Amino acid sequence: MPAEHAILAEIPRLRRYARALTGNDTDADDLLQDTLERALGKWLLWRPGNLRAWLLTMMHHVFLNQLRSRPALVPLDDDAPAIPVRPQQQDELEVRDLDRALACLLPDQREVLLLVGLEELSYADTARILGIPQGTVMSRLSRAREKLRAILAGEDRPVHLKVVK
Amino acid sequence: MSKERISKDQLHAYVDGQLSAADSMRVAAHLVADTDDQATVDAWRGQKALLHAAYARQLDAPIPHAIAARLKAQHHTPFRRAAIAAAWIALGIGIGIISDRQLAPPPSDTTLALSSLPQRAAVAHAVFTPEVRHPVEVGADQEAHLTAWLSKRLGHALRVPQLAAEGFHLVGGRLIAAENGPGALLMYEDGGGRRLTLYVCADKQDSGATAFRFAHQDGVSTFYWIDGRQAYALSGKLPRDALLPIASTVYRQLNGDG
Repeated sequence: MPAEHAILAEIPRLRRYARALTGNDTDADDLLQDTLERALGKWLLWRPGNLRAWLLTMMHHVFLNQLRSRPALVPLDDDAPAIPVRPQQQDELEVRDLDRALACLLPDQREVLLLVGLEELSYADTARILGIPQGTVMSRLSRAREKLRAILAGEDRPVHLKVVK
Repeated sequence: MSKERISKDQLHAYVDGQLSAADSMRVAAHLVADTDDQATVDAWRGQKALLHAAYARQLDAPIPHAIAARLKAQHHTPFRRAAIAAAWIALGIGIGIISDRQLAPPPSDTTLALSSLPQRAAVAHAVFTPEVRHPVEVGADQEAHLTAWLSKRLGHALRVPQLAAEGFHLVGGRLIAAENGPGALLMYEDGGGRRLTLYVCADKQDSGATAFRFAHQDGVSTFYWIDGRQAYALSGKLPRDALLPIASTVYRQLNGDG
């Protein structure tokens, strides 16, 4: 089945994007699965073209629906308890740091940051996928990058990770 | 050193490789002189590198079983249904088809187009009726537009039968690819959510008029006929006896005496 193979080939990248967007594996796979359901349901409406952009557009809509139907995740405040992490999980620790930093961005800024910075899409494609003007892509990108820069520089500290010896 | 004006947007585009070569060189020259902007560019590049490094593992991770299984066993997706229906046609082994042929063997003058009509109609029915959100392209609320649009594409004035007396209301319609060109699919629904589809396409063989014929496959009943240069097929998951009076109403209305 051509649809199955074509979509299958896109899954790793979709999954990476979903993982970065949601911040954890469970929500990422939920998002991916709902996106695929939607894509399969609409497969007959797909016109040959950019399959990845089409799937990312579906994922954007599913993501918005999930945000609406789920209680918002509130970033941990300064009094939040530290999560103990063993030193050998160095990779894992870095990912969780980044997850937490990304969680501090507004979802619409996070989408732009990831579509441009991780998926390496053009500003025009990003605008089309999100259904927003390119000027909005630029302003969201700018806010996301400034905020992330501040967080990673330690000026804005959401991350409470403590290495347990 | 000249202090050129470089916007924030240009800096982003520089980092993201979305500037022309000339603009990119202009920004690079500017950065030599502007250490603040250089630091900003370095920070943004660092963010991108961090994102790629942190989530690279997802690219190599095995696809979760649930997702792979869902893609491989698309039992509930329209194109799977279409594939099943198509396989039945290709093999021609549907018990339903055989028994219906015994009930109503097609006359010898049946053209190829006519013989494939009920299958094409049944496939269209199976593909589009499960759609919950987008069963049609143009809804019944824009019936005038629907009629005008489909008439234009079909090249003849399409009449949209009204089946309220039969308990079915129009959901809307869509353009479909029929055997020789554009076709139309009108969809109706009753209070219980049962759906009927009326498949309309041109009969290139110009078979004239034919009598009602009946076919049944995969649980879908279809009455089909040719009238003038148009072929029609009404399909639904209804028993033959329940579908026949509705098909008669459609036929009468299409002929202007309904």
